[in-house]
Amino acid sequence: MGFKVKVEFLGGLDVISGGVREHKLTIPLEEGEATVKDLIENITKTIIADPKDIPVFIEDDTVRPGILVLINDTDWELEGMEDYVLESGDVFTFTSTLHGG
Amino acid sequence: MTEIKPKKVKLTALCELCHSRKAVMKRPKNLQKLCKECFYKVFETEIHHTIVDAELFKSGDKVAIGASGGKDSTVLASVLKTLNERYNYGLELVLLSIDEGIKGYRDDSLATVKRNQVQYDMPLEIISYRDLYNWTMDEIVSCAGIRSSCTYCGVLRRQALDRGAAKLGINHVVTGHNADDMAETVLMNLLRGDTARLEKSCTILTQSAGSPIKRSKPFKYTYQKEIVLYAHYKKLDYFSTECTYAPEAFRGTARELLKSLEAIRPSCIMDIIYSGEHLVLAPKKKKTTTSYKKNRKNVATPEESEVNADGSVSLKRKTEFKDGNRCEKCGYLSSNRICKACMLLAGLEVDRAKISIDNNTAVDGAAKLTKTLEQLSF
Repeated sequence: MGFKVKVEFLGGLDVISGGVREHKLTIPLEEGEATVKDLIENITKTIIADPKDIPVFIEDDTVRPGILVLINDTDWELEGMEDYVLESGDVFTFTSTLHGG
Repeated sequence: MTEIKPKKVKLTALCELCHSRKAVMKRPKNLQKLCKECFYKVFETEIHHTIVDAELFKSGDKVAIGASGGKDSTVLASVLKTLNERYNYGLELVLLSIDEGIKGYRDDSLATVKRNQVQYDMPLEIISYRDLYNWTMDEIVSCAGIRSSCTYCGVLRRQALDRGAAKLGINHVVTGHNADDMAETVLMNLLRGDTARLEKSCTILTQSAGSPIKRSKPFKYTYQKEIVLYAHYKKLDYFSTECTYAPEAFRGTARELLKSLEAIRPSCIMDIIYSGEHLVLAPKKKKTTTSYKKNRKNVATPEESEVNADGSVSLKRKTEFKDGNRCEKCGYLSSNRICKACMLLAGLEVDRAKISIDNNTAVDGAAKLTKTLEQLSF
């Protein structure tokens, strides 16, 4: 039971995960049962160290506007966003666009 | 034996331009789904058209790219290099960076710019606040507080970029301000009722009176999302840490509002810029205290000059104002007697002296007294 995916925090978003950019995450569900919603919940529980940082990542139960989400390097808007069904080995990239340039 | 099932590419996920490769992104501007190759092409070509339509450059121009090491200016340097070669602009491109003196932020981002210098094969000039003003941002914040840090930094950076360009013999600075930044500025000026700034906040090419340096924003119509995606897919080397002195609360809130609006209606960024561009203010009403003024006119001395709200002294507009006037203190071009940077710095010097004398206890005491008074009840 359970399978692994990779999660990346880029564009300065690694501040919510103690400065670590890449994480291997075990999803405690069967492959085919978990969606991005479950992944987000899992991230807030296991990766975000300080509960105060959760609003930096989440707003209204989804990823905060201004954070770009890629699923296997493809815009998540093309993959069904929160309803995308996770597969073993998937790579999820969260990039903050809110910082100055 | 296990059967290997090839992943099926859904028909809806194909690029809407070439219809042959898998789409990887959705454009916020028109919701078009594109593959990497078509995205690069569309992204670069749109910027090329912006540059050509606005006639930003002439062949032989020497142009400084305001480079912070962040995503916008890194992508700008990369794209301008690409376009300059592809369309034979005939430009000489230089990277110009400002070192504000912010430990743990600017020192790291300047390291990125130094790598960009090698990657893009462009000369790099770094101008520091310390050399120019004898102040670092860290010192200014310890003196003036964190709240006004962006005000100081903004005024000082503007002049520093001008001076850096002048030093290099360049009269055109391009910056990485993107469509999201433009919309944010329009929104903020609107929310603050700053109508004077509102009207010109959308111009792509600006040149203030009294300054020989032009400024332009080739990314005026380019979405932040696409800039980040371009940098990501092209694996550009950029720096992304928030400034230690995070943006003022008002700007931060305006930015969040804009991002929330964009999530619902992605075109709103363009729509706000469009609104800003088409906004023309009604002419100012003339004050009707004529009889009072008529009497004053006869008494007024010929040396009378206008004192602005911020304490700066304007030159007499009609008779004296001309391009090329210089600040009486630093000698830099300014439309006022004393330039804005010198005004701010003069205010700081007073604080620096005060802090060294009494360690600023006067202010601490005042705050404590106010708090005690607030707690009183009758």
